[in-house]
Amino acid sequence: MAIDEDLKEIYDIFFEESAEGLEVMETGLLSLDFGAADLDTINDIFRAAHSIKGGAGTFGFMGVSAFTHGVETIMDQMRDGKRDVTEENVQLLLESVDCIGTMLECIKNDEPDNAEQRKPLETRIATLLEGSEQASGNSEPEPVAEDPVSESQAIEKKHWTITFTPNTEVLRTGNDPVLLFQELQSLGELSVKANLTNIPDFDELDPEELHVSWILQLEANCTESQISEVFTWVTGQCDLEIKEQSDQDRAESVSDENTDESEPTQKTPQTAQSAPPAKAAAGGKDKGGSTKSRESASIRVAIDKVDSLLNLVGELVITQSMLRRFGDSYDPESLKELRDGLSQLERHTRELQESAMQIRMLPINSSFNRFPRLVRDLSTKLGKKIDLVVSGEHTEVDKTVLEKLNDPLVHLVRNSLDHGIEMPDTRVANGKSENGTLHLSAAHEGGNVIIKVEDDGAGLNREKILSKAIQKGIVLANEELSEERIDNLIFQPGFSTADEVSDVSGRGVGMDVVRRNILDLGGRIRVQSNPGNGTSLRISLPLTLAILDGQLVRIGSEVFVISVLSIIESVQLTKAQIKTVSGSGDVFKMRDQYIPVVRASEAFDIEELDKNNPADILVIVESENTKFGILVNELLEQQQIVIKSIENNYKKVPGLTGATILGDGRVALILDVAGFQQTADRIKISRESSSVAQAA
Amino acid sequence: MNNESNIDHQLVSSGEFLTFILGDEEYGVDILSVQGIQGWTGTTRIPDAPDYMLGVINLRGAIVPIIDLRVKFELRSAKFNSTTVVIVVKAYSSEKEHIIGLVVDAVSEVYKFDVDSIQRNPELSNEQVNDFVEGLISIDEKMVIILDINKLASEWSLDADQQESAA
Repeated sequence: MAIDEDLKEIYDIFFEESAEGLEVMETGLLSLDFGAADLDTINDIFRAAHSIKGGAGTFGFMGVSAFTHGVETIMDQMRDGKRDVTEENVQLLLESVDCIGTMLECIKNDEPDNAEQRKPLETRIATLLEGSEQASGNSEPEPVAEDPVSESQAIEKKHWTITFTPNTEVLRTGNDPVLLFQELQSLGELSVKANLTNIPDFDELDPEELHVSWILQLEANCTESQISEVFTWVTGQCDLEIKEQSDQDRAESVSDENTDESEPTQKTPQTAQSAPPAKAAAGGKDKGGSTKSRESASIRVAIDKVDSLLNLVGELVITQSMLRRFGDSYDPESLKELRDGLSQLERHTRELQESAMQIRMLPINSSFNRFPRLVRDLSTKLGKKIDLVVSGEHTEVDKTVLEKLNDPLVHLVRNSLDHGIEMPDTRVANGKSENGTLHLSAAHEGGNVIIKVEDDGAGLNREKILSKAIQKGIVLANEELSEERIDNLIFQPGFSTADEVSDVSGRGVGMDVVRRNILDLGGRIRVQSNPGNGTSLRISLPLTLAILDGQLVRIGSEVFVISVLSIIESVQLTKAQIKTVSGSGDVFKMRDQYIPVVRASEAFDIEELDKNNPADILVIVESENTKFGILVNELLEQQQIVIKSIENNYKKVPGLTGATILGDGRVALILDVAGFQQTADRIKISRESSSVAQAA
Repeated sequence: MNNESNIDHQLVSSGEFLTFILGDEEYGVDILSVQGIQGWTGTTRIPDAPDYMLGVINLRGAIVPIIDLRVKFELRSAKFNSTTVVIVVKAYSSEKEHIIGLVVDAVSEVYKFDVDSIQRNPELSNEQVNDFVEGLISIDEKMVIILDINKLASEWSLDADQQESAA
């Protein structure tokens, strides 16, 4: 079905709302207890289905509307206690939810609807419904529009007079009377009369306003509620009167109208339709070519966030006008006031920044919500019994972070289900409860979001991991590794201990990709395993990608930024504390551990300002569970910095994550701690080899 | 948007060229690609960059790389004095927009001439320069070398592609 460009915007809202409705349905269905269903939940699901059906009908997506109708009917029966909530029924409904989602997706992307695929599902729903009608033959007819329930009524058609007087604003809300009339026509024979007396003169006419009212005559075997249902979407925006008439009344009213109505009837649709194109012209400009990329580019923001932003802007304006006074006439006396004003400005700017960031924050809910379904489907497939516990789902995370987090999280959860949690009989044999538990949690910790995926399964099999790693040549056979190091080997590329590749997991690309994705987000992932008692994966992510807490350091004459989050500690060194390994690699003994040292000035080929006073401050950083030290000349202040891309105008520079602009307008580069060590080594090697080449 | 402007850029040439001095030679770029001219202020060096990449500067909140054309084209002198300026240009490569600063000895003139009179594709012996030259034109007995600045940025996209395929 081709989507009319003019209505695209309204369609988008419909799609968005439908997606939310489907989510409500899915969540509701998953939380239903078989046998003893909660009436509120059923009502929620029913309402969601009903809105989708209604919306789809209004917009002319009849396929969706008809399909959803079946689902709605089942829900309605459940609500009235006529149908039991069985696992089978819920499964069917869940599949239907998926199907509606696919149908809407097809319409949205303007793809042909795959009717064949949903045939079996439709048949199943139909069979279910038929069965129930036979079983409870005397049940009331469904109070729904399309249902051709009772044949007896078909013989004696009723005459309805509907006086429909929409208010002038109705077109602005995207309602087109013509569509309403078309739907009425599907109920029976319809004749339309328009009352044009209220239309203003042409020069006063606003094409976006509607000044027409209608008197509709409908001959149909329908109920009043069926008619009013058609107008559900415009209630509150119109005066609606529905009257059933005897033939005599009808004849009178028709002749009445004929006398005071001089305009021909056919004009009505034209008048009504003249409005949408005008609207399109107004909205068309800014739309331009951006329709395609708009898919995920919108964001729903809580109104209080917007309010607080507006308040701040208001305060900022006041401060600005106060400060402008000093610019107009400067008087040394008012220096103190100026200072106060400036500090106020600083405070407002900071608050404004924070609240602007808040707008990008979404609760992690939207990502966690998909897991009940996933866990349910997968555990059925694997024959395992798993309880999912979710906590901290209201923790807010930057939208971009959230989007990129989805795939890794899905992967981790699948892994836990597949590899982590044992089969029920194994669990019982090991003295554990039959049901495994998967705990998904999110929380704020400092400037970070901590997301944990924990299971109470078998834990990691260290022997297997180690032997696999040796076999793959990731570690040497005689290497001694700490337990933690062994556990973290699972993040190595091409590593998988699953003996057989299942379609759930085991391709060996997974954990490596997960780690890569998390690193790209500036986060860290760590695994902790307790053999026999479970595995815990801990992801720590920055709150936002745009701003970070930076430690400014001086390396030679240049200022660099290191993310405060990755710094463990900084120490002042004496030369003797750095030991060399095979003449070139430097190490530092930090308590009981030797850690590699990178001389930043050498790595970046920066000249020391004072040769006699070389860099002697070691900033110890941690990335991907390895610690190393960066030698710098001086620690400067710590401040929040805005990350700017170097890539935009230049290209990606190894060893750097970006750049920032300091208070004095200079550019400072931000060290990429995760990639720094390798980069430093590579640069050093390439430089040495090139200098050797030059010498030769 | 990049795509569109790219097309615009190639179809529409104003026929006006901003010329500047490098050593003893005069070079020109299409004036439509020029975003601004500013004094030399110093840069933040980028590690592991070629010699001619002097580093990056802050241009109204954006990080802009600065290229010393005199080093790039292997001219003898690359001194910084009072007339040394940075010409900020917009270049396109792989449908991506790059803002680049070019360090030149001095800004010279704005000339208007027929684009068709440019003598295209001269075979120059200096390969460093040859890749970036669009053509030559003589104005008032002077020769002006017209540069194709899009080629300057395309080098980086190429590098980035290689990096990606290597990774």
